[in-house]
Parts: sequence; C-alpha cells; structure tokens
Amino acid sequence: MNLAITLLVAVAIASVIGTVLHQNEPYQDYLIKFGPFWFEVYERLALYDVYSAPWFLFMLAFLVVSTSVCLTRHTPVMWKEMTRFRDHQQERSLRAFSHKREWFVAMSPDEAAAAADATLRRNGYRTRHKSKPEARLVSAMRGTSNRLGYIFTHLAIVVICVGGLIDGNLLMQWKYWTGDLVVETRNIPVSQIDDSSKLPPRQTAFRGNVTIPEQGRASVVFLQLGEGYVVQELPFRIEVEDFRIEHYDTGEPRSYESDLVLHDPELDEPIRQTIRVNEPLIHNGHAIYQASFGDGGSRLGLRAWPLDGGDPEGLETRVNEELEIDGARGARRVEITGFEVFNIHPEPEATDRRQVRNVGPSFTFLLRRPTGEALEYENYMLPVEMDGGRYFLSGVRRSAAEEFRYLYIPADPDGGLDRFMALLQQLRQPDGVAAASDRALDGIGVEDPQVRGRIAAEAHDMVDTLLESGFDAVMAEQQARAEERGGQAPERLMDFYRLVIERTLWEGYAQVLRDEGIDPGEPAEEDLVFYRDAISAMTALADYDAPVFLELTDYDHRQATGLQIARAPGQNIVYFGSLLLTIGLLLLFYVSHRRAWCLIRPEGGGTRVLLAGNSQRDPLGFAKAFDSLGAELDHRLGGDGQPPADTNGERS
Amino acid sequence: MSTQQILGRETFDDRGFFARLSWFDWLWAAALLVGSVYASYHFAPWMDRYEHGILYLTWASTVAIGWMWKPARAFTIAVAVVSLFAVMRYPDLAAAESDFFLNYLFSSQAAIMWMCALFLAATPVYFAGLLLRSEFLNKLGTALTWLASGAGLVGLLVRWWESYLMGPDIGRIPVTNLYEVFVLFAFTTGLIYLYYEYRYQTRAMGGFVGLIISASIGFLLWYHFAQGAYEIDPLIPALQSWWMKIHVPTNFVAYGAFAIAAMIGVAYLIQARNPEGWARRGLPSAEVMDDLMYKNIALGFAFFTLATILGALWAAEAWGGYWSWDPKETWSLITWLNYAAWLHLRFTKGWRGTPMAWWAVAGLFVVTFTFLGVNIFLSGLHSYGEL
Ligand code: HEM
Repeated sequence: MNLAITLLVAVAIASVIGTVLHQNEPYQDYLIKFGPFWFEVYERLALYDVYSAPWFLFMLAFLVVSTSVCLTRHTPVMWKEMTRFRDHQQERSLRAFSHKREWFVAMSPDEAAAAADATLRRNGYRTRHKSKPEARLVSAMRGTSNRLGYIFTHLAIVVICVGGLIDGNLLMQWKYWTGDLVVETRNIPVSQIDDSSKLPPRQTAFRGNVTIPEQGRASVVFLQLGEGYVVQELPFRIEVEDFRIEHYDTGEPRSYESDLVLHDPELDEPIRQTIRVNEPLIHNGHAIYQASFGDGGSRLGLRAWPLDGGDPEGLETRVNEELEIDGARGARRVEITGFEVFNIHPEPEATDRRQVRNVGPSFTFLLRRPTGEALEYENYMLPVEMDGGRYFLSGVRRSAAEEFRYLYIPADPDGGLDRFMALLQQLRQPDGVAAASDRALDGIGVEDPQVRGRIAAEAHDMVDTLLESGFDAVMAEQQARAEERGGQAPERLMDFYRLVIERTLWEGYAQVLRDEGIDPGEPAEEDLVFYRDAISAMTALADYDAPVFLELTDYDHRQATGLQIARAPGQNIVYFGSLLLTIGLLLLFYVSHRRAWCLIRPEGGGTRVLLAGNSQRDPLGFAKAFDSLGAELDHRLGGDGQPPADTNGERS
Repeated sequence: MSTQQILGRETFDDRGFFARLSWFDWLWAAALLVGSVYASYHFAPWMDRYEHGILYLTWASTVAIGWMWKPARAFTIAVAVVSLFAVMRYPDLAAAESDFFLNYLFSSQAAIMWMCALFLAATPVYFAGLLLRSEFLNKLGTALTWLASGAGLVGLLVRWWESYLMGPDIGRIPVTNLYEVFVLFAFTTGLIYLYYEYRYQTRAMGGFVGLIISASIGFLLWYHFAQGAYEIDPLIPALQSWWMKIHVPTNFVAYGAFAIAAMIGVAYLIQARNPEGWARRGLPSAEVMDDLMYKNIALGFAFFTLATILGALWAAEAWGGYWSWDPKETWSLITWLNYAAWLHLRFTKGWRGTPMAWWAVAGLFVVTFTFLGVNIFLSGLHSYGEL
C-alpha cells in the first residue's frame, strides 16, 4: 500500500517535467537553450518527449501492475464484505459497540423481531434472522455497493491505462528506438521521402497532421517523432473542395470549416462532409479534425522596383515558391513565405480594443543572398493612412525573434509608387544628379566653372552616400571634408555642403514634378510633404538592405486547411474505464456501508431488545443514522406511539 | 461539542422522501420547469440539442439540490427574479449606464462589484462572530454570504445576456476566461460552504472559508482595475462548444470544494494548538472538522474526476485526441493523483488529524497552480485566459 501511494506521488512529480520543459520542439532550439552538454543529458533521459519516454511508461506500467495486484488481492475480501452477514455476534461484543440502544418490552420475541426487521428494511438494510434457543439475532447490512465502488475505481484505473497504452502508439515508438524507423527532418515533398521514414496504412493508433490546399488532396499524414517526423500512409484519400473562414470585427477568426471529399476504395461513393472545429468527420475508425489553416499557395502578381533606379519588372509567383532576381545591386533568391488577405490593426487613436481597421493584404518573404544569409520582409499591398499621409509599409527584420522595423514610402497622389521611384531614379542616375546639382548651384549663385565642377562631383558623392549608407554617413563625410579643407571655419563649410545637397535633392524632385507637369515653383502643400517623407524614406534605404522593392499588384487567394487525423482504437476502452471510475467514486463516497444487529431475548414476562451497529467509513453519518434507526424502532416497539414499557437502555 | 449536540436527536418520521416534500417544494420545482421550458423555446435559435439537454439537466439537479437543501429554493427564486428584472431593463448595452438599477445594482459589473464587497464584508463579520461568540454576527455573516453568492450568480447571468447584446455571434456562457471563472469560483465556493454550514449546523468555519474567497476577490479586483479584464471578448472557435457549459462549472465545484477543505485544514491546525480555548469559542471538534475536510475532498475529487473526463471527451472532439499531455491536462492529473494519495492515506493507512490537514492545505497550492499558474506560466492548448 505504501507502494501505491509512493507511485501516485512519483507519477505526479514526473509529470511536472513535461509541463515545465516545452515538449517536442526542434532539437536545434534545445541545443541553443541548454548548451551541448545538458542537451545531450536531457536527450538521453528522453526529456524532450517525456510522456513517451521508456522510464515514464515503465512507471505507468508499474502503477497498472500494482493496482491489478491490489485488486486481485482485495476483491475476495470486498466480496465477502458485500455478501456475508456477520451473524455470529455475541451479546458481549454487541455491547462493546459505541452505537447501541436497549429496550425491555412487553411484546413477544416474535413481535419484537418483526418490528426490528421492518425498521431495518425500511431503512434500506438487508436482514437475516438466526434463532437460537436462548435468543434470536437479526443481522443487517446496507450500502454494500460501497465495496463495489472499490472494485470499480481500481478496475477503472487499469482499464483506462490499458486503453491509453493502446493509443500510445508503442509500436511506432519501439521501431524508432530500435532504429527500424528513421525520422525525416528535412522539409521535402512526400515523394522524395525515403521508405524507411514511412509507415503503411494500419489499424493501430496514430495521430498526425497534414496541410492540404483548396482543391488539393492528400493520402498521408505526418507524425511528429523525435527531432523530425515520419509519414503515415492512409487507406483513403482526402480532397479539399473548399475552405472558408469567418472573422470577428476584431480580425480574430470566428469559425473555419472545410468541405472534404473522402475517397476510399472500399466505398462505392465518396463521402462528402463539411468539418469544423468541434465537428470532425469520422470514417472507419479514423477521425478527421479541423485543426488549423494557412496559405495553400496563393498566386501573387508582383512588381519588382529595382532600388538602383531601373524600370520595374512584372513577376508572377506563389506562396511557398521561390524565384531568382538578378539586379545590378546583387542577386537574391526571393522565398515567398506567407500571404494575408486582411490585416486588422488598432485605429491609431483607439481608446477601445474594438476600434480597429483593416489595412488590406500583405505578404512576407525572405531575400536570400548567394552566401545564404537572408532578411525577412513584410510588405503591405495598399498604402496605409497615418498622420494624414499615406504610406506603403514594408517591414524588415533579421530573424523571427525580432520585431519588424518599417520603411514608410509615401504614396503619390494617385496612390502609387511611381513618383517615389521616379525620384529615386533621378538620384541614382549620374545625369539626373548632375542636372540637379547644376540647377542647385545656379540657385545658390556659384559661377566659377572650376568650383562648380568640383562641387557637382561632391554633390554626386553625397547623394550616393545618402542612398547607400544613410544620412549619418553623409554628415560624417561632410565633416571630414570640411575639416580637411575648411581651414579656420569648418562649420561654415559644412553649412554650405548641407545647402548644396538639400538644393540638389530638391532640384531632383523638381524635375520629377516637372515631368508630371507640375510647376515646382509653386509646390502644393502635399507635394512638399511628399518630398519630406520621400527623403526620409530614402535615407532609410540603407538599412532596408534590399536590391528591389516588391510591390504586390494582384493576387488569387488560395487557402489551405490544416487537418489532424487520428486513430484511437483504445478510445472506447478509456471511455468505458471513465464511466466505471465515475460510478465507482459515487459508490465509494456516497454510499456508506453499514451494519446493524438486533439481539432479541425473552426475559421474565417480556422481551429484551438490543440494537447495535457500526460503519467503518462514515462514523459521523452513522451516528445520525443510528439515532433515527433507534427512534424508529422505539416507535415500533412502543406500539401506536405509546412509550416503551421500559427504558433502562440508555443511549451511550 | 459532541456529535449528538450538533446533529440533534432524530424524531421518527416514516414517510418516504417524496412524501415528505411540501407543496412548496413541488410548486417551486414546477415553476423552475416552466421557466426552463420557456427558455428552451424562447432561445431555441441559439441552442443545439445538447444545450437543451444541459438546460433540463440543470433543472433536474437544481431541483434535487433544493429538495435536499431547503434554503436553495428561496435562493434560486431570488436570483431568477432579480436576473429577469435586470434583463427586462436591458434592451441594449447603453442601458447599463442610463438605467439606475442597472448602473448601480444589476448590470453584470455592478452585481459583480456587489459580490466582491459583500464577500469582503462577510469574512471579518464571521471572524468577529467567532471571536466574540456572537450569534448575531454569525448570522449576519451567513446572510452576507448568501447575498454575495446571489450577486455573483446574477452578475454572470446578466453578463450572459450582455454578451448577446454585444452581438449575436459574440454571445456565450460567461465561463470562458479568467475574469469570469474567478467570479464563478467565488460564488460556487460560497454556496458549497453554505451547504456545509447548514448540514453541520456550525458557522464557525465561515471566516476561514471567507479568507480564500477574499483572496480570490482580491485577484479579481486587481484583474478588473489593472487589466480591464471585464471586457467581453469573442470566443476562439475551439471554445465554441456546448461542452464548455458542463466542463467548466464541474471543474469549479471541484476547485471550490478543495479550497474549502484546505481552509478547514487551516482551522484544524489553528485549533490543534489550543483545543479547549477554541472549542469554547464554538469551533467544531477535531473529529467534525476532520470529517468536513474529508467530505469536501471527496466532493472535490468526484467532481474533479468528472470534469477531467468531460474535458477529455471534449478534447477528443475539438483537438483530435482525448489526452495530449497539454500542461493544463497534465496538471489536472497531478492534482488528481495528489488527492488520490490523500484519500489512500486516510482509508488504507488510517491517517487522520494534523498531517492530513497540512496535506489538504498543500493540495490547495497544487490546485491553484492548475487553475491559475498553468495559464500564467505555461503555454499550451488551454491558452484562453492568459494574463
Ligand atoms: C492510480 C491508481 C489508484 C487510484 C487513482 C486509486 C484511487 C482510489 C480511491 C479514489 C479510493 C477511495 C478512497 C475512499 O474510499 O474515499 C481508493 C481506495 C483504496 N485503494 Fe486505491 N487507487 C489507486 C491504486 C491503488 C493501489 C495500487 C492499491 C493497492 C495497493 C489501492 C488500494 C486501495 C485500497 C485498499 C483502498 C481502500 C478501499 C476501502 O476500503 O474503501 N489503490 N483508491
């Protein structure tokens, strides 16, 4: 018995581990978290999947065995408790009970026995009479099903654990430990996965996931195992006709559902059914659940604006696909990682969580250099309104652990990128910059052709530095130059350079405006605002660190549904065990096993009646019940409410 | 105080259980039935067949409870009348501010604030009653506890209505996040306590139980004011199920009972230091407290088992497996094993008294972690109600 309690506590403590240590994460993450030494130790102890660890299963098995042993040992005892009346009680031992009451009455022993019998039966006792010449004994008991409760609860533990072990997929674990089954860690198509990582269709338990795009089909699921996964083949094929999702105003999903068609060679007709969260499809012991959703390879129409000022190029791609771009500023591989149709953000001045707006579609992608490093980007399709202006947002970050830092490119009056890109082009092209600095110098009033030539060259350098390295680099460059040449007054020289670059940039913009047919002499307020924003976006381009800006022009949304498919043949066993457990507990807690005896002995002209009883498990409850039993017998013995003939039996 | 004094001497009444019911018992049950039938027709568009089943099951269990525990009848009537009154004055959410009754008394937030205030008042009153041996204060404690529990229940019922006022697709039973379940915890614990107060005819434990309720009220108030947690947010799809309606309340009966057991454990330990002194103040005997502790742990264990089973059934339907070793599930198992060990010590090794009281107190820490700690410190599928 000490063993049982120890085991209960031990399993409880062992279970804590898996809740503290995140289970089944990529091994890479554990390695980073714990370092090579502890990583290795924890892996040996199987702590990354504690609940299928051999030592944990062994503990559970031990609990089952010890409960079974306990059950086999105790059941006969319990059975005796339930079926045997203890009808060998001596008067002496009855008198030793703490609950007893005694009467001396004028009725015959037969009448007294009948009264005792009636009282006990009405209170739910079963009775047995035993007559000896000198006395008769009425033995009674009730609540014997309490003992059944013991059997039920403990049997239930065994049943539930057996069902759980059946569903624990031990066979797969075993194959994995013995090396028969090899886990796959790469993200590759099913057709390329080696057979040593595949499991044929089977009747035993498993639980896995698969993502299927709309109009797509699948006949496998992926089971997570160790540091990777294995492929479980299914005896049927699932086709996803449609996936639908609805949102609350706050942008959170309200419901999602998939229209499935299940093709099974054993069926004459495929099964068509819509599944949603909390409403799975069950077929031939397999349950198919709506688990998640994602992108199923939406088609994206892109316009790639080279950030070195070339002309834009139209591209077509899909989510989860890759394409190469080869610009003057270096080649990159574009890996499209995601697409969202809605982005619900809080209103800028929201006072309430429900004040939100939809800022339209966005997509995420990686730009990977030939060396392998990549930056992650998030671009919004539509310009977003902020502080009165409208901006194309593009986020960039080095890793998923960081927050995106955003580039705000102002939208032109048509809501497009053309004006910004035209300005960029002006400033990227030597001719454009030269023309701009020329006009700038006219404006400042520098006339000496030699000086003009030198300053124009420097203006060109400064614009380049601005676009390549940002505003701080321009300042540093100016400072260096001024100190080199400035003699006593480097500040004045710096002011001059600043004037030159400001004018040059403005003149570049003026040209863009002229090309649009706008007179830069009298710029509208919004054109000035645009200019300010465009220049600050340009100074941020250095950190943006991309050769192109990818503008999303159109898309065909294609969703994918995430299904979980499980077979749990032990499930009904577990449910049966649970029912047994519930009934067993109710019997144990709320039926109390009680025994009572009534000894009836003729004495003088009358009859002496002794009532005694006990209950092992519920002494307080029994005290009350015995009181009322006594009161009732008292009433019956007294007959018609008359007081008992003799009350020398005192309640103790 | 001996057991017989507490339990009183029984007089003989040979009528069966049903024959002993009064006309009021029957009338009350019939009125509740009429209300349930009306609700089941009136709200039919929002209910599936399981929900109709749950409604009638609730009716049947309420009747069973009321017939065994008579004060529950008046309580249900009062709660029903007040909630209906509130709902009738509540055509839209704006009414909560313009209508006097809603604003100060019966909107869910007002009612919940009343619950907090009344529970916080009940605890010192009970303690004063115990220390001053004042029957009046003890009775006042009981009255405050009844009122507080009623206010909490009304608060949740009205909140249920409010959630539908926010939008028919947002409406749901208010037992879906930490804020709501704290309210649920406070008044279920209050009601279970009141039941035992009635059964054992002792008000001496009121202050002790009040302490744990007050602690939860403290958290609730912090959560309300610091985190704005009273807002009604829409439900994620996994939680939109009728299972919610039985799984969560079942769990909270268990949590409440375990909490009471722990607080009786505290009273037991305090009394053990000076048994005579405390007995004179009216604290029940060690034997009675031990029994009460067991009764609460048994009640808690039975409901906890049932809640865990219901949770497993739900998980099988929503997540594709009845057991996923998700942190909440695992901690439920830990809690359950802990109390199983407690019961074994009591029944197979015959342990009683101080060590068991300590264990019951320690058990509450495990329960608290399962209830709260998992949501705060661990992540998992049960991700609702994060702080
Ligand atoms: C997971 C394993 C187990 C669980 C959950 C469990 C649960 C329970 C419960 C709930 C009770 C009822 C306590 C009460 O009467 O209030 C009980 C009683 C008992 N258990 Fe276990 N038990 C387990 C394993 C075992 C084992 C391994 C043994 C044997 C060594 C055992 C022997 C007993 C005995 C003798 C009783 C007392 C029955 C009585 O007289 O009422 N149990 N158990």
